[in-house]
Amino acid sequence: MFRNAWLSLASVGTVTISLLILGISLLLVMNAQAFTRSLESGVEIRLFLDSGLSRVDVRDMERELKKTPGIATVEFISREEALEEMKKNLGDRQDILEGLEEENPLPDAFRVKAEKADNVPALAAELEEMKGVDQINYGRGMVEKLLAVIKWVRLAGGGLIIVLGVAALLLISTTIRLSLFARRKEIGIMKYLGATNWFVRFPFLLEGMILGFTGAVIASAMIYLGYISLVNRLDEVLPFVTLVTDRDTLLVVIGGLLGLGVVVGILGSAFSIRKFLKV
Amino acid sequence: MIQFYNVSKIYPNGVKALNDVTVQIRKGEFVFLVGPSGAGKSSLIKIIFREEMPSRGQALFNSKNITRLKGREVPLLRRKIGMVFQDFRLLPQKTVFENVAFAMQVTGSSGRAIRDRVPLVLSQVGLKDKAGVMPSQLSGGEQQRVCIARAIVNNPVLIIADEPTGNLDPDTSWELMNLFNEINSKGTTILMATHARDIVNTMKKRVLSMTGGRITRDEESGVYSNES
Repeated sequence: MFRNAWLSLASVGTVTISLLILGISLLLVMNAQAFTRSLESGVEIRLFLDSGLSRVDVRDMERELKKTPGIATVEFISREEALEEMKKNLGDRQDILEGLEEENPLPDAFRVKAEKADNVPALAAELEEMKGVDQINYGRGMVEKLLAVIKWVRLAGGGLIIVLGVAALLLISTTIRLSLFARRKEIGIMKYLGATNWFVRFPFLLEGMILGFTGAVIASAMIYLGYISLVNRLDEVLPFVTLVTDRDTLLVVIGGLLGLGVVVGILGSAFSIRKFLKV
Repeated sequence: MIQFYNVSKIYPNGVKALNDVTVQIRKGEFVFLVGPSGAGKSSLIKIIFREEMPSRGQALFNSKNITRLKGREVPLLRRKIGMVFQDFRLLPQKTVFENVAFAMQVTGSSGRAIRDRVPLVLSQVGLKDKAGVMPSQLSGGEQQRVCIARAIVNNPVLIIADEPTGNLDPDTSWELMNLFNEINSKGTTILMATHARDIVNTMKKRVLSMTGGRITRDEESGVYSNES
């Protein structure tokens, strides 16, 4: 390994760059996932009720809603509460609502959250048919678009990770093949002397593993330090953008990169060496 | 020890290297394999060594069918055979000692066994004082002695030498032949492919002569060719 210092350096560099790109895209995808998840959880359906329903009718409806599959939470908002909320949203201009307490035009409503954002359109259609429901509002169009974007982000992220993993594997296997080619005579002599395939293979697998691991360590360190400083910087400049920062997630990413480096190193060597063992 | 029954070898490019060869070599024999280039000497050797498989026929080594060996049994076969090459095939970045020790490391010998055995073998081939020298600093004859030391270090039952004197001058060749003779006298079978007419004619060993993939002559105490 040390005889081919340049070649080893090239292999480590290859692994580092591949895993660096992989790690960055992994973090991007994870953040996109976290972001879409927070958007998803914000999606809610509002059921505006017919006026003139009795308290008992409303309580029956609430019970029925809670039994409906696919619904996570149900919250009743009385017309008085709705007015208060409206006032709060208007801030210092709430004077325009003055006097509405006497004759509140707002209806009673339920605020319903679905277990999965995917189900919202279907659920909304179902709830609209319910007795006592006057109108329904869930941001039609907006939700469908959001769902499409979320699906796309997940697919593209997964695809990107697979492509980069394969690229790293091929690059390592090529570099190891060069190192094997430089030592093909030695391998041939070993086989002539009665070496088993494992005897020949083992040092190269070890070499691949060490190269992969070294590259992964460098990539992980760069990603960790870079990400931490990015998070700190963003916190100052754009405080409303929140990135995934919990320790467990970062550990998963870094552990994954290290593990992948080792696996890619071993697999890359194993692929390349097969040809050279046929003596 | 070696038995070939109707062995033919046809390479994928259509070249017929061996044509219905049937031959036996007994334990302890010293056999010369002679014939022009392309007569099939190398193919015969490669089949014994299981580097190539026969296209037809059966080949046995120590009553074991070479053609039926599993992949992981091949190294075990090769450890019973010492190979000596025309181009030596030493590892240039290893010392003489390390080159010989390498053959023992490959078979999983302990460090202690290696330290005991290698100096013994080196003195047997007359290279006791060259243990720490790199192969590039040795003469051709000395390099071939290292190759022989490497071939015998694991106590093989058979030594196959493929034109071992092809790159060496006559005097050096004779020194090496004496070494081979000595090894043979201790019971190791030797099969040697060679073009060295004088050596074959002088040593009066069994001669197998090959032409066009066939064994055309098999004589005890034979000579290189009948024409001269």
